[in-house]
Amino acid sequence: MDSLKQYFKSNIRQYGMVLALVVIMFFFQIVTGGILLKPANVTNLVLQNSYVLILAVGMLLCILTGNIDLSVGSVVAFVGAVSAVMMVDWNMPVLPAILIALLIGIVVGAFHGVFIAYLRIPPFIVTLAGMLIFRGLTMVILKGQTKAPFEKSFQAIAAGYISGGGFSIGGFNLIAVLTGIILSALFILGIAVNRRNQKKYGFEVLPTGFETVRVLVILAAINWLTLSLALYNGIPIVMVVLFGLVLIYTFITQKTIFGRHIYALGGNEKAAKLSGVKTKRVMFLVYTNMGLLSAVAGMVVAGRLNAATPKAGTMFELDAIAACFIGGASASGGIGTVVGAIVGGLVMGVLNNGMSIMGVSVDWQQAIKGMVLLGAVCFDVYTKSKSQAD
Amino acid sequence: MADIHLEMRRITKRFPGITALDQVTMQVNNKEIHALVGENGAGKSTLMKVLSGVYPYGSYEGEIFLNGEECRFKDIRESERLGIVIIHQELALIPYLSIAENIFLGNEQARNSIIDWFKTSSRARELLATVGLDENPATLVGNIGVGKQQLVEIAKALAKNVKLLILDEPTAALNDRESNQLLDLLIQLKSEGITSILISHKLKEVEKVADTITVIRDGKVIDNLTKGRDEIDEDRIIKSMVGRELTNRFPDREADIGETVLDVRDWSFYHPQHENRLVINRANFHVKKGEVVGFAGLMGAGRTELVMSLFGKSYGKRHSGRILLKGNEIVMNSVSDAIENGIAYVTEDRKGYGLILIEDIRRNLTLPSLGNLSSSGVVNSSEEVLSAEKYRKKITIKCSGIDQNVDNLSGGNQQKVVLGKWIMLEPDVLILDEPTRGIDVGAKFEIYQIINQLAAEGKSIIMISSEMPELLGMCDRIYVVDRGEIAGELDRQQASQESIMKIIMNHQKQSKEISHGQPQTVL
Repeated sequence: MDSLKQYFKSNIRQYGMVLALVVIMFFFQIVTGGILLKPANVTNLVLQNSYVLILAVGMLLCILTGNIDLSVGSVVAFVGAVSAVMMVDWNMPVLPAILIALLIGIVVGAFHGVFIAYLRIPPFIVTLAGMLIFRGLTMVILKGQTKAPFEKSFQAIAAGYISGGGFSIGGFNLIAVLTGIILSALFILGIAVNRRNQKKYGFEVLPTGFETVRVLVILAAINWLTLSLALYNGIPIVMVVLFGLVLIYTFITQKTIFGRHIYALGGNEKAAKLSGVKTKRVMFLVYTNMGLLSAVAGMVVAGRLNAATPKAGTMFELDAIAACFIGGASASGGIGTVVGAIVGGLVMGVLNNGMSIMGVSVDWQQAIKGMVLLGAVCFDVYTKSKSQAD
Repeated sequence: MADIHLEMRRITKRFPGITALDQVTMQVNNKEIHALVGENGAGKSTLMKVLSGVYPYGSYEGEIFLNGEECRFKDIRESERLGIVIIHQELALIPYLSIAENIFLGNEQARNSIIDWFKTSSRARELLATVGLDENPATLVGNIGVGKQQLVEIAKALAKNVKLLILDEPTAALNDRESNQLLDLLIQLKSEGITSILISHKLKEVEKVADTITVIRDGKVIDNLTKGRDEIDEDRIIKSMVGRELTNRFPDREADIGETVLDVRDWSFYHPQHENRLVINRANFHVKKGEVVGFAGLMGAGRTELVMSLFGKSYGKRHSGRILLKGNEIVMNSVSDAIENGIAYVTEDRKGYGLILIEDIRRNLTLPSLGNLSSSGVVNSSEEVLSAEKYRKKITIKCSGIDQNVDNLSGGNQQKVVLGKWIMLEPDVLILDEPTRGIDVGAKFEIYQIINQLAAEGKSIIMISSEMPELLGMCDRIYVVDRGEIAGELDRQQASQESIMKIIMNHQKQSKEISHGQPQTVL
């Protein structure tokens, strides 16, 4: 029982936000008369928020170092514009164009990284400059106009689905259903292997009963999601991309030396440096990575709009930052998880979507989102001070 | 005597696990310079914090009388109102503000909350004239030297109508000329009716200016000397300061000393900000296998800077000289180079430079060793836990488990975590910087045992400590560092507090020209 309590205590920040997400979804499900969780709307939710979630993953790493990146919205627009020039104006094939666009993202990120890590210019200032530079360059490239249309295959990244190849069972897209089942099996396997390892090394494991409940809840969530998607058009391609990124970055942050060095750097830069962490390199890589993920998001945005516009990506940086903080990241660095950032992004996404369905005006939506951000961070500070007290 | 300005009666101050002050009684007469001397950790600063209200009434036992009236200060403001001003060793000036602004900080010359700049600068000019500082009040404090900054601090105290001025090691960072200027100022202020309490390690200065001297040791008053009544000389003060029995405070160790492991030759480097200031001048020293070598010296002598400069050039600029490891010359440009060469450094500032306070014991312990606990960049978390568990037991960290956050640990246990994270790397050379600072006697003993065990395992240990008995009790050999130079070397038989002090005093007489800044560690 004590270990259960301990488990909840040490995970309250994460569970707290997941719980908040469930409550918010439940609330909007009722007030929108069931529209929120209709298959079409669930799909829509995923598509609408995918780019903010992608950015939130990269932003989380920046926030873990105790900083932020203000340039991502502009980089999103910039990469979109460059892609449009390559594909629309020069008729470049999709795949090389995507690769070049990703490379440009890396270069932009490395540009920021050099100033931040090696020249020790505060990230706030460097990325503020980046925000202006790349917004300006976007307008220069697009000459202030919108460039369109993209090829179908490029659009598919943001708006396409993995088709069931025509196979479907009673209106359910077969691939989506199968994906749900396979993911469930992998998840159960993963938990089992993990528990066996923990027992082998003689560590404490969660009580079996509690673990079972936890697994069942997660399985239900996975299958509910895939079934909803199966009832509509199937699994959106962008969701696969997002899922892959979450897995990769969770692995990097939790399991690799590099990940641990990011947390150490954010927790106490001087101590990390004196422990052999190459702090400059870590900082450089974190911002380079942010550039790469901004490029991914930039193409998703361009694909979804089927156009590159000078105004694309405006305020995305703030949404991504807010997602991380709602998801339990600490502004002073060293605390936060990728999954937390995703949950934080979904809280904002559901709020947006739910309020739009209800017909709440955009002005009010902004204000309410602001209040949610403030409330979430207050909750965070409160639980932090409580867990420190004992 | 009727002319008693301050009397502290039977002051006792306890911290968890330690009695810092034990029935300390002290009298300070009007218009005198009263010196308070004692080793580091003897309780001088604690006593002054009690006096100035940093430790409020109720947190200590005993009574304080100022001009015959009892005082019960709740905070510093109350003591300042009665004219007690303390100037700390780390100056509390703001470098980006002007001299005048600093002098009146918190005490602004204002009418209706609007600052009267004319009055500010004219009053500042008067005060600067009093302390003998020929600078424009509009000059930024960051642009003047440490010696002048010290004078600004005193001007700031004068602006508060100081009656009792407390100076904590005011000359530690000053050169001789600046020190003399400061001491002359104290004598001048005395004639103007200001009483001073001077805390200093420099006994020559004490001898020169003090009217009375109180010696404390281990939180107790050991001696009271009055000029004219008692014969005041350095030897007598040193005896009172240090004369104690060393029984069983340090565990025994059979030294088994092998060949030379680390040999540093003609090592010099400059200050990271002031590029023309030599911090260490041609240091030569070595440490052998299984040997514990101590670095003794006063605050600001450059010991921490010296070892940090070795540890992957973590301090200083323009390094020169050679480092030989087991006979082969090595170059270390980063901490990871040093780690690869088997050199570890346990910092003196465990919270600032040693620990990641928001993380747990496991992550702190394994941070430098992650490379050994992983394959192709992926950490093996099971091995990591086992390793952390092993070292937690080896060095007996008292905790609820390795998942406990380090900021919840006691100082002694935090120190063990810092030590443990480097021991886990199995280094050949372990540099310990003030390994027992601020921890209680029991934990100290455990740390000593760990050090002895490591030496017995054949590690070479360099130990910096400001507590001389600790060096004498632990080290096979001691280098005395003073003003950026190795002033002398003593083996176990020769080493005593008197012989160390003598070396420092003689060295200070010889080298008058090299001056030093604040002892800071800047990465």
